[in-house]
Amino acid sequence: MEKVRSMSEFALRTALPSYLAKEQEKIEAFARAAGLDFFPTVYEILTYDQMNEIAAYGGFPNRYPHWRFGMEYERLAKTYEYGLSKIYEMVINNNPSYAYLLEGNSLTDQKIVMAHVCGHVDFFKNNFSFRSTDLDPGGTTTDPAKRPKNYDPNRRWIDKMANHGARVRRHVARQGMSKVEDFVDQCLSIENLIDPHAAFRGKRPVKSLDEDEKATEIPRLRAKDYMESFINPEEYLEQQRRKMEADKEREKRNPLHPERDVLKFLMDNAPLERWEHDILEIIREEALYFVPQMQTKIMNEGWASYWHSTLLTTKILDASEIIDYADNNAGVLATSGGRLNPYKLGVELYRNIEERWNKGQFGKEWEECDDLATKKNWNLRLGLGQKKIFEVRALYNDVTFVDEFLTAEFCRDQNLFSFSWSHRNDRYEIESREFKQIKNKLLFQMTNAGNPFVYVDDANYENRGELVLRHDHQGLDLRADYAREVMRSLFRLWKRPVNLHTQIEGKHVMVRYDGREHATRHMRT
Amino acid sequence: MSLKVDQDHSRFRAIVRGKIRQNLRKYISQGELIGRKGKDLVSIPVPQIDIPRLRFGDKQQGGVGQGDGSPGDPLGGEGEQSDGAGKRAGQGAGEHVLEVDVTLDELAVILGEELQLPDIQDKGKSKIINEKDRYTGIRRVGPESLRHFRRTYREALKRQIAMGSYAPEKPIIVPIPDDKRYRSWKTESEPVANAVILYMMDVSGSMGDEQKEIVRVESFWIDMWLSKQYKGLESRYVVHDAVAREVDRETFFHTRESGGTMISSAYKLCSQLIDEHYPPEEWNIYPFHFSDGDNWSMDDTLSCIDIIRQKLLPRVNMFAYGQVESPYGSGQFIKDLREHFGKDERVVTSDIRDKDAIIGSIKDFLGKGA
Repeated sequence: MEKVRSMSEFALRTALPSYLAKEQEKIEAFARAAGLDFFPTVYEILTYDQMNEIAAYGGFPNRYPHWRFGMEYERLAKTYEYGLSKIYEMVINNNPSYAYLLEGNSLTDQKIVMAHVCGHVDFFKNNFSFRSTDLDPGGTTTDPAKRPKNYDPNRRWIDKMANHGARVRRHVARQGMSKVEDFVDQCLSIENLIDPHAAFRGKRPVKSLDEDEKATEIPRLRAKDYMESFINPEEYLEQQRRKMEADKEREKRNPLHPERDVLKFLMDNAPLERWEHDILEIIREEALYFVPQMQTKIMNEGWASYWHSTLLTTKILDASEIIDYADNNAGVLATSGGRLNPYKLGVELYRNIEERWNKGQFGKEWEECDDLATKKNWNLRLGLGQKKIFEVRALYNDVTFVDEFLTAEFCRDQNLFSFSWSHRNDRYEIESREFKQIKNKLLFQMTNAGNPFVYVDDANYENRGELVLRHDHQGLDLRADYAREVMRSLFRLWKRPVNLHTQIEGKHVMVRYDGREHATRHMRT
Repeated sequence: MSLKVDQDHSRFRAIVRGKIRQNLRKYISQGELIGRKGKDLVSIPVPQIDIPRLRFGDKQQGGVGQGDGSPGDPLGGEGEQSDGAGKRAGQGAGEHVLEVDVTLDELAVILGEELQLPDIQDKGKSKIINEKDRYTGIRRVGPESLRHFRRTYREALKRQIAMGSYAPEKPIIVPIPDDKRYRSWKTESEPVANAVILYMMDVSGSMGDEQKEIVRVESFWIDMWLSKQYKGLESRYVVHDAVAREVDRETFFHTRESGGTMISSAYKLCSQLIDEHYPPEEWNIYPFHFSDGDNWSMDDTLSCIDIIRQKLLPRVNMFAYGQVESPYGSGQFIKDLREHFGKDERVVTSDIRDKDAIIGSIKDFLGKGA
């Protein structure tokens, strides 16, 4: 813990009082004994306005200057003042991890938070998705499943974010606040057009320059002389020749393959000034940092909730605290107004997995059994539950987690349903209680963190240097007014007309923005 | 304590002010803000300021929930709320509305900027000078009663650390005279400008609810602008049909009489109020009269003009008359006023056709800087 002290040490001067430090030691010992493996964790105790400030900054004490943090702060401060919500805990994926406690919370609450934090930090350290946030040079991220024994990655994101702040402030000093802020706005509006797997993607092989030379001859199929005209007829050779030419033509395209990392593509190809390039890079890095958190919301919160309730009820609490605990815990796991609570869904899924693997309710035999009574009483006493959930927390993300472990029985027990907007009644209505439909909807929502899939298709459309983005339409249209605004932002970066290929109500359209107006053209498919 | 986020917060507030300015005309003509007035804050609904991204349209997607209910039931008990609320949420197209608190002063500044209202010029009526002491700084000399403990302590601590005589295990700080710091003050004198608005309104049968609503909205903005300009602002309310009487604010906007209209009765009462309570050398006086312009007789109109000329104009900053169009009124009165006072800048007349005209009329009234 001592060795990684750095700038972040000076971020806040809000050390933990000794009675809480003692609790931390105790709780962490229990957590380690239970098998959790976490980074060293530094707790800070904050007043509510400090807490709101840090929450507005996404958990970091220092960010680049931007008005939306101010908006978030206003929202948080207001909901706190009106007594609508209160942030109990916050923890950031950093090594060492930083977690914040709210000043004036009861001791029971602080204990819950600390146990909860142990779960989160264990998850940060062990779930494969978070390996993309390792800052070590040399890419430890290439094989996320294998990791060294003494895994101690560089995740000094607090310092990195603070440096980003310093960089942006320097640009502000040179370029002026509104110019920079305006540019940040443009970048933020395309912030979600990144490849969430960028860190794991590796590099595409680059063709060396002399490789082109050899394949100019048209490949013929082997044939004896007298068969030549049958096996390699003129038409075939002509066809091959055309194919090769088309291939060659394609190689001149930029990008070679549809590019999902729009931000990176713009960094490499758009005519940006140095400071603009720098800001775009900062926005992209930060967007990528938050990706794993979005990919594992249910798993991460579920894991933390699983452990705070396990540790508190079995080890930490004494009888006098149990009511307070139950009250708080019920609040955390409550589902109200039919909304899905990721804490609740996550923790129930882990418990379900644990129970199933304890009882051996998995595998071919289990799945093929269709006798309800047998299934209900199925118990092989394998006791594999703990082992399984630890494995799950390392190797899954929300999509694979739900896909693999959300069963029809679970769906029914948890009273899940799918809902949709009813145009007739002008309100959201429960749509179905059918397992397939619910699961599909849930998976769709989580895929790509709920963002549309968008690719750069061409940077020289119609040989006019126009950018073409293609929205891979999977059933839902884009929100039109936002899409138009995003195209403005893209134009600002690309400085040439920008096209978006998407579908509107089932029809393929190409929306073009040339810096003055938007034009929509229907496309033949 | 100051926070790092304060800077971002003030950038955000600046953006919000811009939004309010953009939408000011809408707020004014819809009278939206009036119901939201607190003591000195107005809570303004601003369309959510959002960063546009490529994302799916709101209502297509739906989602997954947890709880009781069968297919076709509304989600989350929304149906139990009144239909009105559900409808409104529907029309908003899933847009979130941000409630922003703005002080009345800020709002007045925005109004002033948007309508390019000039500040009111000093008429030399504000002769009462109020003197006020304010602590503004720190000095090295001063009376012991004003000694600034924290600053003094800090200076002493600094000196002891610098001299090496500070021992953390035995932290005793002894200030010497050189360490002492005292609060210092400045005397500021500010003129106490008092102003009174005398609202008069015709409540005869021809003034309907819509006309009154217009008067209400207009008076809200006039109140606000003038209270920005003057420290102490009073409002008095007079209603009249054939006779005039003074009422409170609530009654002013809700009374409805059915009698005829004698405008002179209101002007007489107005003049009487000035006589009794508001000596013109101490007060800035603003009579505002709203009517549909239908007076009982030409004789009465002539005596109105007489009162304005003889009794009111010498004593008031300006005399404002707003004529609200109603299907019953002839709208003659404004023409008579214009005929008699056409060139007199102290008499301001304004024709308010409908709610959209309110903003223009505010500018008519307040645009002169009188």
